[in-house]
Amino acid sequence: MAVQRADSAASADARELLPALPLAALFLLSFLLPLLMLIFVSLFRTPQFDAMGVDQYIRFLSDGFNLKVLLDTLALGVEVATLTLVLAYPLGLVYVAAGPLARTLITFLILLPLLTSTVVRTFAWIVILGREGIVNSAMLGLGLFHEPARLLYSWGGLVIALAQIQLPLMALPVINSLLRVNENLLKAAKGLGAGRLRVFLTLILPLTMPGAIAGWLLVFAAAVTAFITQTLVGGGRIILMPLYIYQQAMGVQDWPFSAALSLIFTVAVVGIVTLVGTLSRRFMRGVDAA
Amino acid sequence: MRRSLGDLIYFILVGTSAGFTMLLLLAPTLVVLIISFTAGITLKFPPPGWSTRWYGELLNSAEIIEPAITSLKVAGLATTAAAILGTAGSLGIARSSHHLARFLDALFMSPMVLPAMAFGLSLLMVFNLVGIRLSIATLVLGHIIVCVPFVIRMVGAALQQLDPQLVNCSLSLGASHWYTFRRITLPLIRRGIVASCFVAFLSSFDNVPVSLFLADARTEVLPIKLWAILEGSLDVRVAAVSGVIVIATLAGLVLAERFGGLNRQIEGH
Repeated sequence: MAVQRADSAASADARELLPALPLAALFLLSFLLPLLMLIFVSLFRTPQFDAMGVDQYIRFLSDGFNLKVLLDTLALGVEVATLTLVLAYPLGLVYVAAGPLARTLITFLILLPLLTSTVVRTFAWIVILGREGIVNSAMLGLGLFHEPARLLYSWGGLVIALAQIQLPLMALPVINSLLRVNENLLKAAKGLGAGRLRVFLTLILPLTMPGAIAGWLLVFAAAVTAFITQTLVGGGRIILMPLYIYQQAMGVQDWPFSAALSLIFTVAVVGIVTLVGTLSRRFMRGVDAA
Repeated sequence: MRRSLGDLIYFILVGTSAGFTMLLLLAPTLVVLIISFTAGITLKFPPPGWSTRWYGELLNSAEIIEPAITSLKVAGLATTAAAILGTAGSLGIARSSHHLARFLDALFMSPMVLPAMAFGLSLLMVFNLVGIRLSIATLVLGHIIVCVPFVIRMVGAALQQLDPQLVNCSLSLGASHWYTFRRITLPLIRRGIVASCFVAFLSSFDNVPVSLFLADARTEVLPIKLWAILEGSLDVRVAAVSGVIVIATLAGLVLAERFGGLNRQIEGH
């Protein structure tokens, strides 16, 4: 009897899933199957698909250039994500302290870049960093530069542009977790004589870590795959994984190698996201216990 | 005394860096709007003079207008399909406690985590090997997958706030599942659906990694076209296109806020 009831409960549960069936079928056919295909294609030895082997992976690992492209891409993600973290906290603190009108204004400012197309945002940075752009005009006008500096097509320019472009992804989760910090806790700390900086470092920062890490991971994942910004602000001299994959697939038409590159890139990105996520959760549990 | 000095330094530090960040958020959009009204033929800033010539040139640029129409079409179709399939999907996931539900949730969200370029390339390979020619349909298919996670997340959040008793009452009073969905569930999650459509539409309209592989000469989309233009030369017409996109998005934001309460979606209450 009990077994029968459990059975019917389980089948009722399965029946509830029916509305999700069409989407599940779509994902199976046009998401999971293609990704499996990517693995299959990467296991061919030549672009002519004549024999199978792990040659593409050996080719990747045996050439320092490939590894440099991958490491540069991951480093870009780390630098951009960390810069947005530093930028987002002051903004979040002001947001939390602000009144309703100022909050709406800040929300609008944060949404503005999120909602304007990536190409538009990238284009703005071309205008800002270009030879005749704002930074060069201002610096020349102030007499700080004697000739226009090369800001566009530089690593530093790319990091700053990407940080601005991805900032909303960081600001939103940080603000969300700042809003959840218990105010009584802060009042108690202040009442006990703790200064603002100390309250921030010992209370606010640890309590909002989950939001900060969520934002960091979002920005990291977005920055490493930002093809448009990487190619337009970084220029042709800075070769990163997305451009490399595109060149190998569409330019050279080497499908097995581009498939292997995509898989290695995917594994590296997902691996870092999982690793940082897991480590931080473990770290946070330690903080809770202490 | 020393503590208040520390507080003062803290306020100044936080205030100035927040001010800087706000400027950083605003500046690029302003810069694009300003430069789109330049009278010059380069991206020199500040502009040497003012005119609307680049907006005029835009009207005569079929090579930009056509991709823009394609992009709107693709985004419209992909958003509609993702909204219907995604809402049904999150309904199924939300109601079921089956272990498959959690797996499906993770599956539907995964396009957000996986580098989209790998997905675009893999879809192109499948179409090639199966012998399907690239068309607007194949492009829309790729975009649906990109749009689905937004619907799953935002409609899922709306469903979580829905009191299950309301649905149970309706069902136990003899209403059918479909009637209950139409009269109870749908009105209550409408805001979530509208907001998710807005975000999904933007993400499709803005998508590059999938379109890069799945759009060909006949289905050229706007972001790829603009990228190709900017790779070749720093064409000021792009500023005018950007101006149009910024204004259109702002209008869309106001509408979505009106009907979907976007602000509340973001603050999460």
